Amino acid sequence: MIDGLIIMKRQLLQLIRLPEVLIFSTIQPVMFVLLFRYVFGGAINTPGTDYVQLLMPGIFVQTVAFTVAATAIGLSEDMSKGLIDRFRSLPISRSAVVLGRTLGDATLNIVVLIVMGLTGVLVGWRPSSGALNITLGFGMLLLFGYAMSWMGVLVGLSVRDTRVANSVVFLFVFPMTFLSNAFAPTTGMPKPLQYVAEWNPVSTMVAGIRSLFGLTNQFGATANSFPSQHPITMSLIYIILIMVIFIPLSVQKYKKVSPR
Amino acid sequence: MSKKYAVVAENLVKTYGETRALDGLSLEVEEGTVLGVLGPNGAGKTTTVRILATLLAPDSGHASVAGIDVVKDPQKVRELIGLSGQYAAVDETLTGWDNLVMFGRLYHLNIKGAKERATQLLEQFSLTDAARRPIKTYSGGMRRRLDLAASLIIKPKVLFLDEPTTGLDPRGRLEMWEVIDELVKGGVTLLLTTQYLEEADQLADEIAVIDHGRVIARGTSDSLKKEVGGERLEVTVEQSKVAETAKLLSELTQSKAHIEEGLHRISVVAHGGSARLIEAVRALDAAQISPLDIGLKRPSLDDVFMSLTGHVAEEILTEEEEGGKKKGKKDKRGKRK
Repeated sequence: MIDGLIIMKRQLLQLIRLPEVLIFSTIQPVMFVLLFRYVFGGAINTPGTDYVQLLMPGIFVQTVAFTVAATAIGLSEDMSKGLIDRFRSLPISRSAVVLGRTLGDATLNIVVLIVMGLTGVLVGWRPSSGALNITLGFGMLLLFGYAMSWMGVLVGLSVRDTRVANSVVFLFVFPMTFLSNAFAPTTGMPKPLQYVAEWNPVSTMVAGIRSLFGLTNQFGATANSFPSQHPITMSLIYIILIMVIFIPLSVQKYKKVSPR
Repeated sequence: MSKKYAVVAENLVKTYGETRALDGLSLEVEEGTVLGVLGPNGAGKTTTVRILATLLAPDSGHASVAGIDVVKDPQKVRELIGLSGQYAAVDETLTGWDNLVMFGRLYHLNIKGAKERATQLLEQFSLTDAARRPIKTYSGGMRRRLDLAASLIIKPKVLFLDEPTTGLDPRGRLEMWEVIDELVKGGVTLLLTTQYLEEADQLADEIAVIDHGRVIARGTSDSLKKEVGGERLEVTVEQSKVAETAKLLSELTQSKAHIEEGLHRISVVAHGGSARLIEAVRALDAAQISPLDIGLKRPSLDDVFMSLTGHVAEEILTEEEEGGKKKGKKDKRGKRK
């Protein structure tokens, strides 16, 4: 455990030594906030609520979903530079390195969410629920990001090449975040896609966060399906499911991994 | 195994798909000595090191470090070894100091201990001035030295260096050699792989020549050279005297003279060493031939490799690389540019 924290500290130290990393990992979500707010904000009809209120939970979820990319790219980079080999030659537990990496990426998420939240406030985002629910909402976001990070461990250790890691992740996460209720109503999609969107973990997360922030979820919930009725429960199920599957797989992969 | 050996590998086999990277490789390293594992790229050097350093499990065969089985008890082995790979495996964003403190902590030194050790190592490897700079700004030689420093944090019983000077310029290489030489004097047991014949000659007490995943010869540098053949007497003369000189030397040594026409150089096997050299000088003088150059030449490790494998080390290297067998190798090369 302590070993894991030392590895995590390494990542935080990187941010101090190279603050550009932090700037670039926050600039994209901030840009998304501004673009969606001002480009789509005027085009999408949201009776009774500002678009920005619905948008912010969507962008928060999208951003933490991309933790999978951060982790995958970071690990594949360590791999190609031989750093993973060195770690594996040290007398530390086999889960320390991946644990440290996921904790580090989760910490980075905290910073990113704060910056995004402040940007949101600047452009009119005002969550109307109480402090407790808002905190719970952010907690859930961090948890979801943490689960996605474990998925990234497996991807990063499997593809070994940073560029491949990058494309694999984007091919998967981009559609996943857009085939959802994050930015626009799912009712405009063809019927089969609507089902995908409804069961998509991103959608359940967004719906859950919206309700925790005191909004009705205008962008989804066309059917009386379980995920649209109980988005928070469903999201927690997904989070647990992802962790139960990917933590053992990732640790197993780390034990055997080789840069060849 | 008896206590004498710090590293023992018996019949190691490792295959990657079709490729048999190790094909029954066996070797031992005596405590306190340096074994140079010499071979071209793709011969199985890195695979051997990876198995001994617990990073990779062999398909079959056994290996132990300090008497501890690397497959059965890898964690215990890791507490005793240092590994420095083909490329500097440190965090490039962090400073040299950051890296050493981090690795010290991961070797379970306390914060104070880790910092003290980092200071010592930076001093030992002449990196004190660069301690607070990110590794990115280091030269190739400095990176390797830092990487080596990181592998020495716990004063390992056995040190594995996988091609420690590959990719370094001549100056960097000399610096590395000096550093390694110091370590060896300090009594560490070292297994070093290299594709440079000169390097093995320089640093190793004993050399194991490997090719296609197995040891094809081993011994001291001297004994390997003897195996290839004795000393040769080489004489360079003016073109007009080549034939005459060849005849004379051939008679003198009772062996066939080998003539390199373009260089005007004649060489013969010369059992008896320097005595033969003096005789030759006298005979040439008597025949009024004044040699441009004359000397005894002992076979180089290049000659050793040539006579053992039937090909020059470098040639294999290009074949392997062109075959595109190893994607990783190519990537590494790209990065170095």
